[in-house]
Amino acid sequence: MLSFSLRRILSAVLVLFAISIAVFLIFFATPGVDPAARIAGRSASPATLAHVRAAFGLNRPIFIRYLLMMDHLFIKRDLTSYVNVGLKVVPQVLKAAPITLALVSGAAVIWLVVGIFGGIIAAANRGKFIDPLVMFIGIAAVSVPAYWLGEVVNLITQSRLHSSLFSWVPSGGYTPFTQNPWQWALHLLFPWLTLAALYAGIYARVLRAELVNAMNEDYVRTARAKGLSERRILIRHALRCSLVSIVSLFGLDFGALIGGAALLTEVVFGLQGVGMLTYTALQNLDLPVIMACVLYGSFFVVLANAVVDILYAFLDPRVRVA
Amino acid sequence: MPDSPILSVQDLQVTFATRQGPLRAVDGLSFDVAPKEVVGIVGESGSGKSVSMYSVLGLVRDANVQINGSVKFQGREILGLSDQEMQPIRGGEIGMIFQDPMTALTPVYTVGWQIAEQLRAHSGMTKQQARERAIELLGEVGIPDPRKRVDRYPHEFSGGMRQRVVIAMALSCNPKLLIADEPTTALDVTTQAQILDLMLKLQDSYNSSIVIITHDMGVIAEMAHKVVVMYAGRPAEIGPEIDVVRNPRHPYTWGLLGAVPRVESRNDRLTTIPGNAVSPLDIPEGCAFADRCEYRMDICTKRPQLKGTNSHLDACWLSDEQRLTIRSKAVR
Repeated sequence: MLSFSLRRILSAVLVLFAISIAVFLIFFATPGVDPAARIAGRSASPATLAHVRAAFGLNRPIFIRYLLMMDHLFIKRDLTSYVNVGLKVVPQVLKAAPITLALVSGAAVIWLVVGIFGGIIAAANRGKFIDPLVMFIGIAAVSVPAYWLGEVVNLITQSRLHSSLFSWVPSGGYTPFTQNPWQWALHLLFPWLTLAALYAGIYARVLRAELVNAMNEDYVRTARAKGLSERRILIRHALRCSLVSIVSLFGLDFGALIGGAALLTEVVFGLQGVGMLTYTALQNLDLPVIMACVLYGSFFVVLANAVVDILYAFLDPRVRVA
Repeated sequence: MPDSPILSVQDLQVTFATRQGPLRAVDGLSFDVAPKEVVGIVGESGSGKSVSMYSVLGLVRDANVQINGSVKFQGREILGLSDQEMQPIRGGEIGMIFQDPMTALTPVYTVGWQIAEQLRAHSGMTKQQARERAIELLGEVGIPDPRKRVDRYPHEFSGGMRQRVVIAMALSCNPKLLIADEPTTALDVTTQAQILDLMLKLQDSYNSSIVIITHDMGVIAEMAHKVVVMYAGRPAEIGPEIDVVRNPRHPYTWGLLGAVPRVESRNDRLTTIPGNAVSPLDIPEGCAFADRCEYRMDICTKRPQLKGTNSHLDACWLSDEQRLTIRSKAVR
């Protein structure tokens, strides 16, 4: 188990290295594009262009350029945006990351609890009224776009019912956990619920399908022939084996969301997270920021996948050997 | 055997409602299992042998199934009991061995855990006691170094070893009856013999009765005291093993026995039964075997009842004289 984890982490590091090279090549070695002009932004002065060329060593061999870039990003951390002149990129990402992390982790807890619970309830009551009911709520939650749901939630909690039922809801924005944990949770509650709705719906539906499949497996018949209770069969045998696919799904979703896919929720609730940062950078063609965000995003996707694989091996003994 | 039977199945009917109409998987099966008796149920795939035994334990989970008749276990009617009422019987009083040991164990738990789980479900054992007993059981079914193997996962065992684990699990609570659903079908030939020997040995030390489901007449000849031959969900012939194997009465049983290779007759081709098993959706009104039967007569459009002398019964319209002539010709 330990050696498996180490091997998996090592391969994750290798993948990250490869990604950094790929990203670098896309940004700095695309044929026919002058990277200096891209980095400096629209209508840059010749002086700025010259400065960019010197700073990124654009007239030097490509691997030196790569090393210089990594030096700017990770060691000196002085990569500067030329669109918003003087703005350091790395601190910006580091400032946005905790907000996204808080948003996504909180939502993840909610969607896992609700999704797994919903899936179990539906599978346990298969063929009864409650199963299609849960599945209908699930598909409704999947179908509602996050920006619309977020806007409606805002409309209700911030405007229509703000003076009565939802007077306790703070206006948008973010309060750091270290500053005031209670306000932190209060600010994030509705963003959490909004973001979690979609995933809770997906997870409930996937888990139900997995459980229904698992309940037809031979080992469930064995468990029944052993004289176990239906509940124990469902939880200890069927659910335990179905968790494997939920975990792999979760790793992908979690990684992507941390990497910036929570953009819509962030925008609707005015949270200055990574998604928002990437979005603004894309609009301004702020290349250094985009590059930092891409690397940051890929880091979390790769990390989440490594964690999932390790968890996978923990859940399923058959994986450990491979 | 004069004792009152452990298991008594009377006129068991299992019908599935399907879109093409009712599917009669088991139709009028009756037999008794005496204490310490080994009963073999034999038939082709789809003849209803497995379904009938799953019905006994309430393991048929299809919502469209309709099970009628009577199943008495130690004199108590168990057909139609709720899952909750069945729990102490399943695993506790009646153990079950399944066909495919590759899929019969939950892949994510150690074998010891799975045996201990059953022990703890039926007795007040502590975790430690259950574990010790699991190690003992693994040793009894012939798994080498059980103290080490108890913490291994099912995928780390070979097919034969897994089947031993399943047997250990089935026997863990000293069941009065062991139902074995084709326990050797998924195993290779040398392992098959070992598993059958093991079952006989354990049957002796645990004093349980066994119902063994198989399509292999060889297994029947080796293990069973009594044989139930099934065709298309109906019993074709029932009798003591020695009578059914030495002196089979039903043409279907003749076919089954002809399909067993024998060492002494090297050059003979194995006989096959012409045609395919009838689809359980359109079993004929009369004798189900009639379409494939060499000795078909006009009367075969009417369903024959089980009849015969003593305990050897069969469902066929052929008279004793007809059978004698047919068999004397066949043996030569």
